[in-house]
Amino acid sequence: MLTTHEELRTCLSTKANAWLDSALADADDAARQGPNGPSGRDIPRWELRFAAAGRECGDPQAAQAVRVLLLHTARPNPADVARLYARGTGDERRAVVAALPYLPLTPAEGVPLIEDALRSNDVRLIAAAVGPYAAVLDAHAWRHAVLKCLFTGVPPAAVAGLADRALGDAELGRMLRDFAAERTAAGRPVPDGLTHVLALTAKGA
Amino acid sequence: MRIFDPHIHMTSRTTDDYQAMHAAGVRALVEPAFWLGQPRTAPESFLDYFDSLLGWEPFRAAQYGIAHHCTLALNPKEANDPRCTPVLEELPRYLVKDGVVAVGEIGYDSMTPAEDTALAAQLDLAAGHSLPALVHTPHRDKLAGLRRTLDVVAESRLPVDRVLVDHLNETTVKEARESGCWLGFSVYPDTKMDEHRMVAVLREYGPERVLVNSAADWGNSDPLTTRKVGEAMLAAGFSEDDVDRVLWRNPVAFFGLSGRLALDPAMPEALHEGNSILRGGE
Repeated sequence: MLTTHEELRTCLSTKANAWLDSALADADDAARQGPNGPSGRDIPRWELRFAAAGRECGDPQAAQAVRVLLLHTARPNPADVARLYARGTGDERRAVVAALPYLPLTPAEGVPLIEDALRSNDVRLIAAAVGPYAAVLDAHAWRHAVLKCLFTGVPPAAVAGLADRALGDAELGRMLRDFAAERTAAGRPVPDGLTHVLALTAKGA
Repeated sequence: MRIFDPHIHMTSRTTDDYQAMHAAGVRALVEPAFWLGQPRTAPESFLDYFDSLLGWEPFRAAQYGIAHHCTLALNPKEANDPRCTPVLEELPRYLVKDGVVAVGEIGYDSMTPAEDTALAAQLDLAAGHSLPALVHTPHRDKLAGLRRTLDVVAESRLPVDRVLVDHLNETTVKEARESGCWLGFSVYPDTKMDEHRMVAVLREYGPERVLVNSAADWGNSDPLTTRKVGEAMLAAGFSEDDVDRVLWRNPVAFFGLSGRLALDPAMPEALHEGNSILRGGE
């Protein structure tokens, strides 16, 4: 869910709120200018705000919500979204992934970013990648995303729409049983949450 | 003993090192961008490296309770390679990011005209981005390199008290100290300082503006030399407060000049004297 400007106001300091007001004004300008904005090596003002959100907001969670709101407001084109992700810090990449449901990208433009995030070993990025936008993943990629969560210790609760999509998914159930068997054979614990997901796959099958 | 290692190349270290560093008291570090051993051949190779210093390494460090920050720059050695110098045009996009607490490592390797140009340009970038600068002094012809470095700093618009001159030793500390810059010492087997020489330098010059680092990288190096210096200081009669000043408060003060140092408030006394310099003075 998008955190609104009004909601953010209540958790930021006076100084951070003043900064946010002008940052959102810059993002508004960028959305209005569209392709007529600064070109070449000039960095758009809203992108400077996007980069500085952590130190300007203080609270890391609020900073992430601010970054998502800035993306939503500036509505960057697909190439710029891809660049902001590819050349982003860990925090910036997570913000781009979290903002995907609110950006005018086609699945062909958005899915590669989710797929890249799922290839990472940063559990925070993986958790962001299985948010609401992951609904566009095909069945094979989605099952592997669920398995990767369990494998890397991301709680399955992070997977948006898990209960609906896992329902009666026999192939996901097989993958989970095989994974549990491998862990058991190695004398290692089966991850918390696997049994829950496995039970979902058995329902309605 | 809480330790801030102000110069360590974690990219070249294993996760075991993060564990051992945490056990030794390291709670924060700065990873300066530098040469990787293998030459790069394109600016994009630098960008991937910068991305790693801003994404993957902070994640790896956080898993072991260590706050990771970085400094970014075109290093002196590769400043001589025209395939690499276009990265200078990309730096402004990176210097604005959270987690970047200085421009560095800049400075001299062989004291060439290309190195002059890159050093001056990047001191100017530091001034323009309100960042301090981490300056490497050369391994060869070090005293002449220090003098030339201090001349270029004096000609730049970056005040000398926002410059940390690193890899100092007995032959360069006096002139560096007189210039007013911050003083970095790398305690590194074979080629740089050791903990006993470091203690002798601290005895002679005192702990003011002194930072000690391991500079651990892909060479024969040791990520725990900061701790060894702390122990050698105590054994030599320095107080715990002196050790804390050199191994924690001085690096926090220097990199805090960026306004971007973000140390977990849960860390022991991270908010020194109630001062929130660590979160950008807010």
